[in-house]
Amino acid sequence: MVLFSLAWHSLKNRKLTTGLTVISIALSVALLVGVEHVRIGARDSFANTISQTDLIVGARGGSLQLLLYSVFHIGSATNNVQYTSYEHFKNHPAVAWTIPYSLGDSHRGFRVVGTTEDFYTHYRYRHDRKIEVSEGHSPDGPFDVVLGSDVARTLKYKIGDRIVVTHGISQGLGLLQHDDKPFHVTGILARTATPVDRSLYVSLYGIEAMHMDWADGGPPLPGEETPASKIRKEDLKIKQITAFLLRSKSRIDTLRLQREINTFEDEPLMAIIPGVALAELWNTIGYAEEALTVVTFFVLVVGLLGMLVSLYTSLNERRREMAILRALGAGPRKVIFLLVLESFLLSLAGTVFGIAVVYSGAFLSQPIVERRFGLFIPITAPTPTGYVYLCTVIAAGLLIGFVPAVKAYRNALADGLSIRV
Amino acid sequence: MEGASPSAAERAAGIPFMPSSISVKSAVCLQDVRFSYRKNRPVLDIPTLTIGQGESVFVYGPSGSGKTTLLGLLAGILRADSGSIQALGHDLSRMSSSQRDHFRGSHIGYIFQMFNLIPYLTVEENIGLPCRLDSARRQRLGGTPLHQAVIQVAGRLGIESLLKENVVNLSVGQQQRVAAARSLIGTPWLVIADEPTSALDSDHRERFVELLFENCRTAGSTLIFVSHDRSLMHLFTRSVSLPELNRVH
Repeated sequence: MVLFSLAWHSLKNRKLTTGLTVISIALSVALLVGVEHVRIGARDSFANTISQTDLIVGARGGSLQLLLYSVFHIGSATNNVQYTSYEHFKNHPAVAWTIPYSLGDSHRGFRVVGTTEDFYTHYRYRHDRKIEVSEGHSPDGPFDVVLGSDVARTLKYKIGDRIVVTHGISQGLGLLQHDDKPFHVTGILARTATPVDRSLYVSLYGIEAMHMDWADGGPPLPGEETPASKIRKEDLKIKQITAFLLRSKSRIDTLRLQREINTFEDEPLMAIIPGVALAELWNTIGYAEEALTVVTFFVLVVGLLGMLVSLYTSLNERRREMAILRALGAGPRKVIFLLVLESFLLSLAGTVFGIAVVYSGAFLSQPIVERRFGLFIPITAPTPTGYVYLCTVIAAGLLIGFVPAVKAYRNALADGLSIRV
Repeated sequence: MEGASPSAAERAAGIPFMPSSISVKSAVCLQDVRFSYRKNRPVLDIPTLTIGQGESVFVYGPSGSGKTTLLGLLAGILRADSGSIQALGHDLSRMSSSQRDHFRGSHIGYIFQMFNLIPYLTVEENIGLPCRLDSARRQRLGGTPLHQAVIQVAGRLGIESLLKENVVNLSVGQQQRVAAARSLIGTPWLVIADEPTSALDSDHRERFVELLFENCRTAGSTLIFVSHDRSLMHLFTRSVSLPELNRVH
């Protein structure tokens, strides 16, 4: 195909402008596809902040509130769940496992979560990742605490350190310190890039032990508290928890259980499906991604306009070339085709190069981004939207090629065989 | 890519010479040809001009006398407002523009004043280009591979050693020889040269014209050579003064 070889040689002859044009299109494409990848990664990471949990159960209230305090440890519960109710559902035949959460205390701004060994066994995030204790071991005795990785890093704690938990949620030191019952660090969790990293984990017994002898929401008078050394697990009786996560044995059970929990007669409870609630939450905060997409589209438009400008400005110096081709029998359609082919090749090369940039960039930065930002960027084939973007770029390149092509055709008609330099 | 009717191309390619009604031996015959770029501003008005098959004609006239316009009409780039232009048994003024493009591609070799070559192609690629752009022109090689045909025509013009060169490295004289080789490949029936020697010094001029003559004679091509410089006129058997011919002044 002679025109193909002409277009190729012509582009090769103008290496600098060709190179710059391809790079500018490639960067636009890389940005467009990259943002799409990050968007999907962000949505997926967010939707999988918690995985494999079918229901989150708490006291009746707002579903968003329940999601926020149970998964993100933001805000607090208005009411607790009786331990008997928890046990009822824990032993329910349709339930595979449960993870109880007892919330309400903090340590220097980080939440303290009372839970059980179930948390370390069953908790999953990002589809199928489980909680791992990178150093030490999970809490054993009532005064053992395990730190989320952010907590350990920010506060520079290590195994064996003694820490004091604050009653209630406060930044820094609160009014009421559980300083009579210090905890000691027995383990540090591996990084998950989820809110898990920003919490401290004790056993349910630990929570109960801290609040021993408390009455009417206030601490016991000084001297009346039971010394920590005298508290044994066996003496502690867990009366209530804040929420629990639940995995049912089958999909059908999930909806049945949700209904059963929502209409539970002993206590006003509510159960939410985390996937649905997370998606709703994402939609309310996800408008930023739309803004990002719009911006990248503008970047793409600028890239394509750059191509238009470079093709258009090269036309004057190529008038001679066009007249020669005309004299050799190339009709106007061939001249137009040649220029459209050039812009097509430019946008195609830009697109291919851009995709290469995105994938190599994603490949290189994936571990870093995941570690630093908790964002898992999937390296997968472009999404349907991604393909639409790529086709749009190539089609736009093709269409834009007609502008200089038609101009060249007009030049060729006006010039005839006289050559203007 | 050219979607023109292949029948036109085939007709043009298949019939080497068809006697016209006006003169049995004429290659080109213009009758009452008028042309203007803008309305009421005529540039050319030629009552009659006949050029015989295989003839070498020198057309002269000062700048602005319509030489390039005449060549544009002969090459089918421009279309006459009225009158007829008979070429190879076809009336160019009745062909569609794509038919004229085909006709030009397969039957006409064109040499410009200067800047004849596509800068990003090698000498060899430049010479072979007409045959690659027009399949009818290529068929006229008669089965000789294009590469071979390029070497032959380059040999006749003494530029076979330059074939792999980048055209921007050539001197003006070498460039014009390459242009001549390109116009002659596939033995076109008409070679049109628009002041091809204006950028050459006088020694090279005569040598170039002689080479062109030789090759046109070998190929049996008609040569129309346009110049404002009458010093070359003596080399031609026939010369036409465009100002005398043209009724527009």
